[in-house]
Amino acid sequence: MTTYIIRRLMQSVIVFFLVTLLVFLGMRMLPGDPIYMIISRAASETATEMQLDKLREQYGMDRSMAVQYIDWLGGVFRGDLGVSILTNTNVREEIFRRLPITLHLGVLALIVSFLFGVPMGIIAAVRRGTWIDTVVTSLANIGITIPVFWLGYILIYILALQLHWIPEFFGYTSPFEDFWLHTKKIIMPVFCLAVTTVAGVARQARSSMLEVMGQDYIRTAWSKGLRERAVIFKHGLKNGMIPVMVFLGLGFSMIIGGQVLIETVFVIPGMGLLAVNAMGNSDYPVIQGVILVIAVIVLLTNLLVDLSYGWLDPRVQYR
Amino acid sequence: MAEGILISSENEAPPRINELRRFFRVFLGRGLVVFGLVVILIFLILAIFASQIAPYDPLLRNLDEVRQQPNAKHLLGTDQIGRDTLSRLIHGTRISLIIGVLVVSIAGGIGVTLGTIAGYYGGILGAIIMRLMDALMTIPMLILALAISALLGGGLKNVVIALGVALIPGYARMMVAQVLVAKETDYVMAGHSMGASNLRIILRHIVPNCFSPILVMITMMMGTAILAEAALSFIGIGITPPTPAWGNMVADGRNFLLTNPMLSVAPGVAIMLLVFSFNMVGDGLRDALDPRLRGII
Repeated sequence: MTTYIIRRLMQSVIVFFLVTLLVFLGMRMLPGDPIYMIISRAASETATEMQLDKLREQYGMDRSMAVQYIDWLGGVFRGDLGVSILTNTNVREEIFRRLPITLHLGVLALIVSFLFGVPMGIIAAVRRGTWIDTVVTSLANIGITIPVFWLGYILIYILALQLHWIPEFFGYTSPFEDFWLHTKKIIMPVFCLAVTTVAGVARQARSSMLEVMGQDYIRTAWSKGLRERAVIFKHGLKNGMIPVMVFLGLGFSMIIGGQVLIETVFVIPGMGLLAVNAMGNSDYPVIQGVILVIAVIVLLTNLLVDLSYGWLDPRVQYR
Repeated sequence: MAEGILISSENEAPPRINELRRFFRVFLGRGLVVFGLVVILIFLILAIFASQIAPYDPLLRNLDEVRQQPNAKHLLGTDQIGRDTLSRLIHGTRISLIIGVLVVSIAGGIGVTLGTIAGYYGGILGAIIMRLMDALMTIPMLILALAISALLGGGLKNVVIALGVALIPGYARMMVAQVLVAKETDYVMAGHSMGASNLRIILRHIVPNCFSPILVMITMMMGTAILAEAALSFIGIGITPPTPAWGNMVADGRNFLLTNPMLSVAPGVAIMLLVFSFNMVGDGLRDALDPRLRGII
């Protein structure tokens, strides 16, 4: 077990360095000039070549790539993610001010996904071939195909503009400030964020439950004369839910990706909206910072899931 | 002598007809698969003959007929500068399908190659490839595509590159798993014992044998690519106006939700229909070609 944990940690560290390398190289291979990491394109067009050279020297861009990478990486470890070209604010501070909002919505959406997806999948598997199965499977198929940004506008149109159930829907209010307003504002975004993952979790839960329910020990449980409830909950779920756990990592990654869209639709000042604004305005230091922070979050989630996976399922071989 | 026998058994015609009949029976046996095939066919025709089918020029501004509700002249109404929504929708089909096909070709080509190399040769090279794929997968697909697209600067070519790169790890991972299994089979052993080169074994035995999962993956990824392109265009980093793409049509229409909901609703329905169809056909292909792939893809 210890060797497994060490191996898995090592692997994560390697992947982290590869991500930093990819991000660094990606930013340096910008069409044009890496000087855009410091000043905007518009400013660089008006500057003279001598001014640009001076800037390059000041920021060490005349040195070799390897030296620049190590220098940059050192900065990343010290928490120095640079300065936004657009707003001139510290990128790290900007990201960490917005991160709680994004995590708040993301974790809620993840909880909702499992709260609804798991029971849906189990019911569909246990009642295979009945109308419940058909409904769940169809909903799941629609859930993974629906464009969530579009769903956001449909919800706004129906719930806010037509029925007036949720009149205030833009922006974000902290739960500590006004809990009721906060709840009203996050219902639609969280629902949109969760739709795809609910569908994914339900599909995964259904197929793994179907597999488990066909096992010999389940037949034994039936033949012992146990009630359905006992067979499903005491024997089926224990093994059936392990593969669903893997979806924690993947689902969280999907949700964070979806936040770029949903924060745009509902104008939520989180990291997703920060990323979109940065991408639309070629604010490279911000793009770089957001990607690094998200990569670390996903990496840590996957690491935790993998480690708990080994703990939940002793059959996993720690090779 | 032994060689002669092996070659003749390789050339013996397999019972093809029954196999094909079984495939079609299972494949076309589900209503949703047939539905998907029909929808894809309709969109394909719309895309190819967009200029002939569309009632108006998708870029034509007609300031006399601005923001009209759906009517006999404009079946889906018009937008804020009088462009016909139906015509834009039909031309948008073209963008979606072109990008879908190009993206799965690029991602599939590179991903399958990398996965095959990593799975077949293993070792340090395989480890490097797989850790690279892990690194790419650490960044959510949509954010990776957005970032690449933002760096390169939008437009059809750059969207294709961005999505192509973002979808590579999916293919590579699937392929590694397949190749690892195929590598241990008897016919690959036989190939080795007959002195076939690695390249020959890969091209003649391993890749053809992974045909089913590749085909299923390509079909499923068409849906993913179309959905992601729509998301990119929606954000404004993908296909940019005035070129009609379904994603930017949803974005354009959002300011007129209260008065002209059709502007945003129609392209969204089109995205859903097409993506749903590709997923259903992918499901059907998987069940008909190789039911063991259930749960893997």
